[in-house]
Amino acid sequence: MLDFGYPVLTILIAFPLVAACGLFFLRAPQVVRYYTMAVSLIECLLAVPLMGFKLNADFQFVEKIDWVHQWGLQYYLGVDGISILMVLLTIAVLPLCVMCSWTYIGKREKEFHFCLLFMTSSVLGVFCALDLVLFYVFWEAMLIPMYLLIAVWGGDDRKYASLKFFLYTLAGSTLLLAAIVAFRVTGGTFSIPDLMQMNFSFRFQFWAFLAMALAFAIKVPMFPFHTWLPAAHVQAPSAGSVILAAVLLKMGTYGFLRFCLPLTPAASEYFAPMMIAISIVSILYGGAIALGQSDIKKLVAYSSVGHMGFVTLGIFLFNQRGVEGALFQMLNHGIVTGALFMMIGAVYERSHSREISKNMGLGKYLPAFMFFWGLMALASFGFPGTNGFVGEILVFIGAFQDSPYIGMFLVPGALLGAAYMFRVSLKLAWGKPSTAKAWRDLNAREWIYLTIPAVFVLWIGLAPTPFFKIIDPSIDKLLNDFDKRKVASVETEQPMQTAAAHVLSIVADNQ
Amino acid sequence: MNFHITALVPELFFFCIVLALMVQSLGTKEWKPPVERWLPFGSCAAFFVAITGFHLSGSMFWDVYKVDLMSQFFKIVLAFGFYVTVLNASRQPTLEEGKRADYYMLLGFSTLGLMMLSSAVELITIYLALELASYSMYAVIPLRAKDKGAAEAGIKYIMFGAVATALALYGLSYIMATQHTTYIAELMNKSWSFADQPMAVVGLSLFLGGMFFKLALFPFHFWCPDVYQGASNETAAFVATMPKMGAIVVLCRLAVLLKPGLEITTILAVLGAASMTFGNLSALVQTDLKRLLGFSSVAHAGYIMVGLVSGTPEGIGAAAFYGMAYLVMNLLVFWIVCRVASDGRNLKLSDLNGLYKKAPVLAFSLAAGAFALVGLPPTMGFMGKFFLITSAWDHGYNWLVITLVVNSAIAIYYYLSLFRHAFTEESEPSQAAPPDNGWFASAGAGMLAAAVLIIGMIPAPLFNFAINAGKTLYGITVTMAGGHH
Repeated sequence: MLDFGYPVLTILIAFPLVAACGLFFLRAPQVVRYYTMAVSLIECLLAVPLMGFKLNADFQFVEKIDWVHQWGLQYYLGVDGISILMVLLTIAVLPLCVMCSWTYIGKREKEFHFCLLFMTSSVLGVFCALDLVLFYVFWEAMLIPMYLLIAVWGGDDRKYASLKFFLYTLAGSTLLLAAIVAFRVTGGTFSIPDLMQMNFSFRFQFWAFLAMALAFAIKVPMFPFHTWLPAAHVQAPSAGSVILAAVLLKMGTYGFLRFCLPLTPAASEYFAPMMIAISIVSILYGGAIALGQSDIKKLVAYSSVGHMGFVTLGIFLFNQRGVEGALFQMLNHGIVTGALFMMIGAVYERSHSREISKNMGLGKYLPAFMFFWGLMALASFGFPGTNGFVGEILVFIGAFQDSPYIGMFLVPGALLGAAYMFRVSLKLAWGKPSTAKAWRDLNAREWIYLTIPAVFVLWIGLAPTPFFKIIDPSIDKLLNDFDKRKVASVETEQPMQTAAAHVLSIVADNQ
Repeated sequence: MNFHITALVPELFFFCIVLALMVQSLGTKEWKPPVERWLPFGSCAAFFVAITGFHLSGSMFWDVYKVDLMSQFFKIVLAFGFYVTVLNASRQPTLEEGKRADYYMLLGFSTLGLMMLSSAVELITIYLALELASYSMYAVIPLRAKDKGAAEAGIKYIMFGAVATALALYGLSYIMATQHTTYIAELMNKSWSFADQPMAVVGLSLFLGGMFFKLALFPFHFWCPDVYQGASNETAAFVATMPKMGAIVVLCRLAVLLKPGLEITTILAVLGAASMTFGNLSALVQTDLKRLLGFSSVAHAGYIMVGLVSGTPEGIGAAAFYGMAYLVMNLLVFWIVCRVASDGRNLKLSDLNGLYKKAPVLAFSLAAGAFALVGLPPTMGFMGKFFLITSAWDHGYNWLVITLVVNSAIAIYYYLSLFRHAFTEESEPSQAAPPDNGWFASAGAGMLAAAVLIIGMIPAPLFNFAINAGKTLYGITVTMAGGHH
């Protein structure tokens, strides 16, 4: 079933990992950097066959090999419209990460680049896996390099932040493993496309949804599971923050789209009000906290909580516009926040501080930097013409379609976004200059790694149609299946009125 | 009496090695036998002999001794474990020169006892084999020159061991009195419900107590951290792994008696849950590395119970696979402990600081071992845990699976601290001996780490073997071609 005659996904996943092993034979830090840069560019070239993606809802580039026959495990890969953009985003972020750490990382360069490549492999695996256990393997494998990125190359408080990150995310995902096993025992298979065809009882869906949603909510992160994120972002080196913001957080929302909606439709519907409420709290809370930050990186980290709230909100609206908006926001947030973190890294290299007050007056002395910052700030709060607008407006439309009340709650969220971004941008651009006089504006390397996201910001903002063509068939199928199977599940079993009643009934059954 | 000498080749080969060691140990102090020159090769050969004997089968000595897939699986694992412990102990700094041959002889006898234990299918034979495996341990544990803790550890092990054995024997008498047989095959057909046979259930519980002692399952684990701490690092590596395999194989054989829902099964499940929780919580606060590993092994004993209570061939296969995984992972971690403590001292967590700089291969292997013990993919620890919970889910013990999962989350903290100290902390200059960073140390650690990773990614062949072994216990015919029907 290979569309291309050669296993493009396996090569994409395996190449960075294999190439990473080559790092151990290198000595000089500069050679390590050039080598990794070359690897990341080759990885981009290897992704070219993905351009043959057909605009339909099927899983494509499928590879399927028996892994552990006795337990029905398969090495099963494939991408559809939902995952292919994430795959491309991950691959595109890699060279940018290498570039933005070129002078930033001054110790243990080999290990650093090894972690970057390892991480890319495992994240790609997460987006490509169509077997639940394979998915879990990649999902967990990503933790170790990320932990190291924060714990070794991070800021002063890196140990605390890395431990918090590790414990939070791993504790969440252990329950995901329990859910995966439950799916196998109930559905008889680990294959995600097969499980998507099955109807599970509401009771089963109820628990499976809770177990999965916890893991995903921690990863997204949704309020109140977000506390690891600001700590991790602030302490991580630039490249770590970029990967964290651009792709890692997407794993959580991707999980909602790939597992919760198709596998547990009735429970998703049942829990949707709660998820929507939490999303709105995340948006308002993230925005409000961001408004009060004096540390630029913390500000952007909290803004991520808010932006990801838009994504989860869009997903749990269950309408075309909402889910489209969510997917767009996933992509946008990856590009824009990734770029913002790279710029924070660039400014940190100049001032050795992330305080807003110590980085003021850049408008006069670093005009090119300020140009990119302005563009990204506009995109971040959804200014028309930028990519942020496309995603946010879709979520807005979806929300108002669903209920005007939800829509009304979003308005202050969007305003908050504008407020904190304007506040920080004004200060950075026109604040009383600190020591900025002595700094140099962007160098060639910085120009390159900021121009690429900038192009995408404008491309998606002005002409998003090609992207719609990729994601729409898959979203149509997702929502059609969702509506059908939601009804099927409800017909097979009467849903409970409240969670408490549900628990009580189980207790009663067991007696 | 039916007797096929060919079916006993692995044991006989091993017996010859032990005899040779015995002869050497009789030599005078002046005659220094070059044990380390030949024993690694001998034990390596024993490992390959065990592998070639995997297809052997037969039943002998009035059916008390059964050579089947389960026994052969464990013999291979035990032979491998012995090989690694011999290599590991070959540079043991705390052992007096004149005692080297004796040391290996005692380890060899214990291993031979464990091999016989894996073939014993009758309770009295199990008891005898268990004693053979235990007696040499009683002598080996205090063998740590000039260390008072070693004597304490030895006494603790003997006292606990004696009590556990006495309990097992007492339980055995109950089983004989009520069920009128000691053959596991016949016991399978008897009732094990408390309502029908209360005495038998009590007896079996007591008998299992003897195994729990070896396995260090709560509440029979109290010896474990102290003995690990008191014994030399190399001895601890043996005690931490090999006797557990013996206990696991007996429990696998006895697990065919257990049906989900029986009182005795519930006891096992509850003990398993208590063991995981207690072991993990106690390990959280340890700073002595071997004590930490001791409490973690209490937790792992609990994990293995998850496979045993399901009452299916898959469950037993999963338990056997996890046992093997546990042996390899633990030997790996102990290998590094022994190499880092190159002067034979007890290690604190802080002694691992900056290991990545001093000995990168050891540090990397330690990471593989620690993450395997946590159960992170792609290691064999993950696959082992995954098989365990898949086998137990939906057999009435979902709560036990959830307990395991939650406990894994707790365990992350202290295993991660091994990794954390090795990779993210910087070492301060100290007087302690530097880690052994030679090619031998690195190669051993690297090979074991590779095994942990490779079996984690490609577990199918070994797992097929384990699951077929499980099926034979239930009398299900298996084709040796593997699992691809």
